[in-house]
Amino acid sequence: MKDEINKDNSTDSGPQKISRRLLLGGAATAAVILLKSSYGQTIQTAITQSGLSYDPTKHIGPLPGEVGTRSPFEHLVKKTSDTSSRTPLQDLYGTITPSDLHYERHHGGVPGIDPKKYELLVHGMVEKPMSFSLNDLKKFPAVSRICFLECSGNFRNGKEELSPQEICGLTSQSEWTGVMLSTLLREVGVKQNASWFLAEGGDAAVMTRSVPVKKAWEDAMIVYAQNGEAIRPEQGYPARLLLPGWEGNTNVKWLRRIEFADQPFMTREETSRYTYQVREHKIRQFSFEMDARSIITFPSYPQQVEKGWIEIRGIAWSGWGKIQKVEVSTDNGKTWNSAKLQEPVLSKAHTAFSHLWKWNGDETAVLSRATDETGYLQPTLQQLVDARGKDMGGYHLNPITSWVIKQDGRVLFKPEKWK
Amino acid sequence: MVDSAGWPASFGFGRDADTATINKLDIDISPDGRGLPQGGANAIDGSIIYAAKCLACHGGVAMTTGIKFPAPALINNPDSPKVKTIGNYWPYATTIFDYVRRAMPYNAPGSLTNDEVYAVTAYLLHTNKLFDSVTVLNAVLLPKIIMPAQKRFVADDRTGGPVIK
Repeated sequence: MKDEINKDNSTDSGPQKISRRLLLGGAATAAVILLKSSYGQTIQTAITQSGLSYDPTKHIGPLPGEVGTRSPFEHLVKKTSDTSSRTPLQDLYGTITPSDLHYERHHGGVPGIDPKKYELLVHGMVEKPMSFSLNDLKKFPAVSRICFLECSGNFRNGKEELSPQEICGLTSQSEWTGVMLSTLLREVGVKQNASWFLAEGGDAAVMTRSVPVKKAWEDAMIVYAQNGEAIRPEQGYPARLLLPGWEGNTNVKWLRRIEFADQPFMTREETSRYTYQVREHKIRQFSFEMDARSIITFPSYPQQVEKGWIEIRGIAWSGWGKIQKVEVSTDNGKTWNSAKLQEPVLSKAHTAFSHLWKWNGDETAVLSRATDETGYLQPTLQQLVDARGKDMGGYHLNPITSWVIKQDGRVLFKPEKWK
Repeated sequence: MVDSAGWPASFGFGRDADTATINKLDIDISPDGRGLPQGGANAIDGSIIYAAKCLACHGGVAMTTGIKFPAPALINNPDSPKVKTIGNYWPYATTIFDYVRRAMPYNAPGSLTNDEVYAVTAYLLHTNKLFDSVTVLNAVLLPKIIMPAQKRFVADDRTGGPVIK
């Protein structure tokens, strides 16, 4: 037996002796080893690529596990900073962001909240101030919706070596499940003259935003589930406010309180932050809706392409409703072609688009531009500067972007100067 | 809007919120001063707290050169008008009290007493040339302070459609 244990099982030359280990499910010899997780569950984990020099048709693999895995050949990660993490848009397919790759932006880190102790207080200009446990929230009629979230500071620029993740990775999409906020308004009896509500989070930032009551009656939700399971701590466990189409900051995570009033509260996030200079020395406040936007995710930096047929792919979205059309240019903006949209086209949701193109090998640039159902066409950076002035700051920038394809097949971002 | 046909007037889920729960959580301050607690302090008191608990991250007067502090500058510098500070950008003084009380210091949020928050608020207003150094800042005086940037703030006028705003 000892000889067989030390035998190199990784060669495919000739028939191999069957060892007891192989017969017992091959846990030690297969590509995957079984580990005990910190919760005492048996989980499967992969060994590195260098260990995978074997023929999988000759060895029993790992058995079904309680929690699934990613292939060790796939390397999907967010790019992190002190306060945020960015979705790898260029590495994804379809339009649902895997939950552990959803972007983040936190002003005080991620709190650990015990769902048994959690309560949502709803008070202020209401008939009956009430506290709802997580269980209570789950008992109300439930609704699911697929929609995007986007930080309103979601544009980076400045150099050629920027991936979609780095340019605009502060946007992701999930299927959210929860209760319509209007259901709770109905339950507590919101007073007629209440025109705003304060949403407050239970994190170290105790973050607050004022929201018009009109949004509460339209499509605001309190969500407790993300892509089929409990919402992730990074996205607001156990419950968050969801305001489809509105800037990410207003979708208060770890929601602990809602207070109804007849005026906005003028919190730090809606005065000192999330406001921006516009024409005539004015400062725009309560800039809620995310304007229509698109980005090509293939080909993009740092990918490499070859002469011949390329299916150009990307995503488009609008906080105002549905994407009506996306156009793609393959000649640096001289001419535009209508792109195909992946059905179903949902309101306030990432929409996949594609365009088939035969690249002749000459250097060129590919661009996309989206039009939404209001008739708004995604602007160029220059159009935004013309509309707001050069001191416009970094919020709500949704410009058309270009990818330069070099003759050797390298793809680079085309940065634009505007200051 | 959901179709609420067939729904009862009330589902009966949740519990009535008691005053103790509400008072514990209701910490926000409105621009008209609603929510401001008892107490008060002046900018001189505030200078000591600022030096001990705020300066290391926020620095002093806004600078465009020199040390880059981990937290944004708060004190206006007329020679660096493009740097947004309390004095040249914040539209309401009550926001200072609301925010400092709930979220600051960054490493120990919610640890200041109400008097300490008044003190720091008075200090920040004083260094931004909006309040004197000796007057005790309290619930009566704070909402009366008019911030220079307030008149610049306008509500968003975008409505979708073809015009870029």
